[in-house]
Amino acid sequence: MGFFDWIIKLLSEYWMLFLEGSGYTLAMAISGTIIGFLIGLIVAIIKTTPTDPSVNPIKRAVVRFVGWILTVYVEVIRGTPMMVQALIIHYSLFARIGIHPLLSAIIIISVNTGAYMAEIVRGGIISVDKGQFEGAEAIGLRHFQTMFSVVLPQAVRNIMPSIGNEFVVNIKDSSVLSVISITELMFMSKSAGGTYVQFVPAYVICAAIYFIMTFTVTRLLRLVEKRMDGSDSYVICGSQSDYHSMIKVKGGDDGCR
Amino acid sequence: MSVIEVSHLRKVFGDNEVLHDISFSVNEGDVISIIGSSGSGKSTMLRCINYLEKPTSGQILFHGRDIASGDIRIPDYRAKVTMVFQSFNLFNNLTVLDNCTLGMRKVLGISRHQAEEAAVSHLATVGMDAYIKAKPRQLSGGQKQRVAIARALCMKPEVILFDEPTSALDPEMVGEVLNVMKLLASGGLTMIVVTHEMAFARDVSKRVIFMDKGVIEEDNTPDVIFNNPEKQRTREFLSRVLE
Ligand SMILES: Nc1ncnc2c1ncn2[C@@H]1O[C@H](COP(=O)(O)OP(=O)(O)OP(=O)(O)O)[C@@H](O)[C@H]1O
Ligand SMILES: [Mg+2]
Repeated sequence: MGFFDWIIKLLSEYWMLFLEGSGYTLAMAISGTIIGFLIGLIVAIIKTTPTDPSVNPIKRAVVRFVGWILTVYVEVIRGTPMMVQALIIHYSLFARIGIHPLLSAIIIISVNTGAYMAEIVRGGIISVDKGQFEGAEAIGLRHFQTMFSVVLPQAVRNIMPSIGNEFVVNIKDSSVLSVISITELMFMSKSAGGTYVQFVPAYVICAAIYFIMTFTVTRLLRLVEKRMDGSDSYVICGSQSDYHSMIKVKGGDDGCR
Repeated sequence: MSVIEVSHLRKVFGDNEVLHDISFSVNEGDVISIIGSSGSGKSTMLRCINYLEKPTSGQILFHGRDIASGDIRIPDYRAKVTMVFQSFNLFNNLTVLDNCTLGMRKVLGISRHQAEEAAVSHLATVGMDAYIKAKPRQLSGGQKQRVAIARALCMKPEVILFDEPTSALDPEMVGEVLNVMKLLASGGLTMIVVTHEMAFARDVSKRVIFMDKGVIEEDNTPDVIFNNPEKQRTREFLSRVLE
């Protein structure tokens, strides 16, 4: 039998395995990226809270202390392989208290992604023009109001490419979580190839599926970026007195008052 | 009583003393122009008044009360003594309308509907009410600055501080912004304006303050400053910029 015949044979016999494996992989990558992003957001917000002398001393001490703990978290997680983290955390803790391996895997991948996201989001925040903070402060907005209404929307928009990157990395690197017995795509491909000892065709199928997933995710995120940018045109609303002579530059819903 | 009184203000960055013992007061309805050469500390002084920079020593009094005393919270004070910047600093992620309503809703606690109504009327004052749906990146410099002025007006401030509001603009857009400022001045708004527009300082302001190397060299009526200045340095500066 030729190479392509093996591919077809494996696909027709074991498509369920590939499908199930892809399901696990996607479940881990999607939840890991979303939860990891939220963790990163919180960490970055805390770490960019001002601690200059004008802030009250108790708040400053708390922010500094929590910031120090978060630095340890970021450095330790980024400095060790996820596979090792998974083996240690799952078998010493989660497996003992009976947490399902998938949940365990999602927690591990989220905590891991969170450490990377924290630095990505922090970079996004400090790259927003200082004038944006000052413009908000000068009319009386407080730090967190400025953060949520003005700075974070711009920071998140700017780091969308990096978020996409983390998503793609998670799709691929979640394969290491088979060490805590998650039957994700990589593991399933190995099983599918095992029966006939045809590993290469199985892994080619596996690679193709990974590529389809990562490519789709990249394209989808591009679309999200476009949505965030909004349209390039806007509507000129006639002046109040001249309400009916509304000039439409382009596009649908005009939202004039 | 004066609305704002700056009293023995000093500001030091590292070991660079940028402002030495600045004192002056501003009464309700005053339009005060601050002139002086680059690096003389004009922006730093204005930023201290808005408390974007913390004075090293000295006080800023608002209706006679030290703003550092905690009697008034700094964000509430800033809503009353708000600032317009050379670089506009409009919120890039928000439309013109939302730029104007954000402060009213978050700082003043006004409902969205009422805030939008007020914003449209202030935008009409500056001639920008047709652009409520536009984003800052879609506007010209002069338009952005007019929106920034409307955003400041929305806070119903007692004082607006302007830091070289026309310096980043192409020459043909300077006029539209100055016209809006003249309109506000004639409406009785209290304004402190750092400017290089000598015609504005001369024609619109009630007092002109000339700053040099971190001190107030001369604080006088425009008539005296421009026609018969008391200080040699004022004379030198004006002859340089007015040639
Ligand atoms: N954040 C800062 N840190 C250190 N030095 C500063 C800072 N801000 C201003 N300075 C210094 O203070 C001095 C006065 O600056 P300032 O911006 O107030 O001058 P200015 O009169 O507004 O000048 P221009 O007309 O060019 O705007 C300058 O020497 C400047 O380098
Ligand atoms: Mg300046």
